[in-house]
Amino acid sequence: MTNNHDELAWRIGGPQGSGVDTAAGIFQRACALGGLNVFGRREYYSNIMGRHSYFDVRVAHHPVHSHCDEVQVLTTFEDEALARHATSVVEGGALFYSAKDAEVEVQAVTYLDTRAKDDLVAYLEERGLPATLRGLIEDAQQRGVQTYEADFVKIVELLADHLNIAQALAARTMNTLAVAMSLALVDYQRSHVYDALAKTWPGRQKIVDMNVAAVDMAYQFVRDTYETSKFEHRLTPSGSKEPRILLNGNQAVAMGKIAAGLTFQSYYPISPATDESVYLEAHETFPTANGEEGSVLVVQTEDEISAVCMAAGAALTGARSATATSGPGFALMVEGLGWAGNNEVPLVITLYQRGGPSTGLPTRSEQGDLFLALNAGHSEFPRIVLASSDLDEAFYDAAAAFNYAERYQTVVVHILDKSLSSKTMSVPPYDLEQIHIDRGEVASLNGDGEPGSLYPRFAPTESGITPRPLIGMAGGMHWLTGGEHTQYGRVTEDPVVREQQMEKRMRKLETAAREIPLEDKLQVYGDPKADFTVLSWGSNKGAIVEAIELLAEEGIAARLIQVRIMSPFPAAELEEVLATAKPLVGVEANFSGQLAQVLRQHTGIACDKLVVKYNGRPMAGRRLHETFKTIMDGTDETKIVLRNPNE
Amino acid sequence: MPTATADRKLTAKDFQVPFPNDWCPGCGDFGILNAIQQAFAKLELEAHQVAVVGGIGCSGKAPYFFPTYGVHTLHGRLLPFAHGIKLANPEMTVVGVGGDGDGLGIGAGHFVNSGRRNLDMTYILFNNEVYGLTKGQAAPTLAMGLQPKSLPEPNIQGQLNSLMMAMSVGFTWIGRGYSYNVKKVVDLVVEAIRHPGLSFLDILQPCPTYNNLHTKDWYAGKDLNSGQPRIYWLDDTDYDPVIPPDADEATALGKMNEFLSKVHEWGDEIPAGVFLDNRATSTFADRIETRIENYRAQPPNKRVIADGSGKPTADLSKIFDEVRMT
Repeated sequence: MTNNHDELAWRIGGPQGSGVDTAAGIFQRACALGGLNVFGRREYYSNIMGRHSYFDVRVAHHPVHSHCDEVQVLTTFEDEALARHATSVVEGGALFYSAKDAEVEVQAVTYLDTRAKDDLVAYLEERGLPATLRGLIEDAQQRGVQTYEADFVKIVELLADHLNIAQALAARTMNTLAVAMSLALVDYQRSHVYDALAKTWPGRQKIVDMNVAAVDMAYQFVRDTYETSKFEHRLTPSGSKEPRILLNGNQAVAMGKIAAGLTFQSYYPISPATDESVYLEAHETFPTANGEEGSVLVVQTEDEISAVCMAAGAALTGARSATATSGPGFALMVEGLGWAGNNEVPLVITLYQRGGPSTGLPTRSEQGDLFLALNAGHSEFPRIVLASSDLDEAFYDAAAAFNYAERYQTVVVHILDKSLSSKTMSVPPYDLEQIHIDRGEVASLNGDGEPGSLYPRFAPTESGITPRPLIGMAGGMHWLTGGEHTQYGRVTEDPVVREQQMEKRMRKLETAAREIPLEDKLQVYGDPKADFTVLSWGSNKGAIVEAIELLAEEGIAARLIQVRIMSPFPAAELEEVLATAKPLVGVEANFSGQLAQVLRQHTGIACDKLVVKYNGRPMAGRRLHETFKTIMDGTDETKIVLRNPNE
Repeated sequence: MPTATADRKLTAKDFQVPFPNDWCPGCGDFGILNAIQQAFAKLELEAHQVAVVGGIGCSGKAPYFFPTYGVHTLHGRLLPFAHGIKLANPEMTVVGVGGDGDGLGIGAGHFVNSGRRNLDMTYILFNNEVYGLTKGQAAPTLAMGLQPKSLPEPNIQGQLNSLMMAMSVGFTWIGRGYSYNVKKVVDLVVEAIRHPGLSFLDILQPCPTYNNLHTKDWYAGKDLNSGQPRIYWLDDTDYDPVIPPDADEATALGKMNEFLSKVHEWGDEIPAGVFLDNRATSTFADRIETRIENYRAQPPNKRVIADGSGKPTADLSKIFDEVRMT
């Protein structure tokens, strides 16, 4: 990592509930306001208070695609943050720690796993250092890291005196102090920090004022207290005034849904999907171009079974309807998914993958649910499965999902993962001009029809798509059923009608495969002519793109083929683009390389190497770069597992 | 479907379809189906404004016998589907039809939580104490110790009191009918549908094939010394089910207590009719309107989401402003 002024990798760690997220928010805003590109990564336990959480923020003048496993500045609020991350600070970096944490024995860190404790003790023993956090600080010093004891209690006392307020009140600025000390160290322009405070607490001037004072205090404290001459890293604003919004994946999806005309969303709380529905509920009304108040009705249901059935019921009336969940919830939705597929219901399910199986790693990331999304449900029905790789795709795919659902009258599963849901990035505001709403074929009915007349809602067609009447339309009456059915939706077990209906439904997938443009099926990054080919999907993209850029800087050509649509699977398109791949390297955040298996199932093409990570933490670009180099150097390993025991 | 005019009143025939019905001969379902068809005519409903939503089992097939929108859903899931339809298109008259196993066994969670919402729809439970279509296993409504003919051993699981459960979770209209008294059931269905909230109508019915204990003759009291029918009607007594809109807490509580003692009557004398008519609790649509003012005028199925050229109508500028940095 270079010590230039154009970029910085910063990490803050502390107990959950202590304001790590707030601090990271201030830091990210301060950088974004200075025109820097921001990339944030949030890691936390399935816990409300006390367990270790941390936030990586990487900022740069150039676009940032992934986090770094190693950071230049680490700020810690607790012993565990120091224990876990001290070794991750690069040479020439800086480490802030609290005096009270330094003398803690590694074995005494409350929640640190036994495995991690033992590894750290062994690490210190090897280096002849004491088995305390002081040992880790000394180790950092020996590696050329500047370490700064931060006596937050003392700074809070100073601030309380200065503002003539109670210490308990002044202590609320702790997050701001921590952020400001880091930014003071890199000599970042202070006015952007002030502005970040105003963005963090809009309309709450008293709080902002108190935090502004804390920023001044921190900048002065750093100047007066620390020997900073040995820390050479600086961070300068880019000065860019290009419009930028700062948001995370859950928000991007929610915004995409609102733009696309979502009017009904049901959900049952589950990490890491909940935040999307909560965001929608908090933004349930909004202005529209036609002057009417727009709205999304968000309903919290009793379980995911209810959520999927309710969303399907709403979709039958013509509402754009969705539900959002994670693996365990999706597992419960499977029967409803099949019903919606059988009844050709335009239903959107947003699936945020997390570590599994079963309850798994509720707050960590994985790409373990591709098979589930593709195969959930008994027997067969058509489904569209979209996989987003970054915030932009999360937004536009969330919107496109409804077009696919209504055009092909079937279920759409939009897959993301925890890493993407909680990833923050500064991006240009989304362009609604790029969204075209396609409601699909709706029956045009005139009047009531003949007495007792019924509408042939499932009449077979060449495309498989039949104009659908919406529940409530005069003259559109028909039945819907989980059973096989006639064109009127009446249950039947007739073998010929069965064949016709099965073929009609499945034909829609062929129609979709024909109509969906290539760029929505797959994307190529890097040198399109390169032999070295990475095949991947979802949120790994950023790290892979960074790795490929690092290779390009070394004059090595490589490319990424990102699969964006998993069903209908773009087999022919992939066969063509992969014909020259050598080697073909599958990169996935799961155990067995699920996309690689799907590729082989559809095309016979096997990946030469598989790079996987299944410890629940996302991949980092630099690490992947190293891994690709070992592959180029001819490693014998066919499956390389990325690990990072300190995460 | 014709609509009622000054010269022509709708009849049950307007809500029948020319398809054969495959329920067993003598099934209690027929009386309930007939009563609902009559009630729809009496209410002068337009077929396209009605959705009949069924669960799984013999009674779950009831939607096929109406020329309305008919939704045959999944086992136990009729309430969530019905909720989705009603919430997105509040103009619909939504009637759920399902069995006691469907609604109180596999679907119990939805029964409980639907009560909390008090959405304006009607849930008609076809209660024959057994799982008919899987050949007669015990439903949650079957009393402990009973052994209808399909059970290899007497039932060792306790009985669920559906009316009491409905009250405790918030259903605001609760009634009981008997499928062989169609005239009474018609009136109950009409009242249940008219009730502006979540209504629960539990209809006792013999299963002539699998419930050999509670047969038509048993309900008729033929085994009793008195020879009198077991069912008696609450409207023949001085029982008053109404909680008025302005009821205070003490009044409501008093009414609940009367309700509780009434729903425990069973055996030789079984009350039927309207047990609860709570007009004091707000409906779900009322509650939604406190958040989304134009919910009834612009419900989810009606909102205009795109202009003629497919351009979204949603204006996200405020939403973007919240996260705007530069």
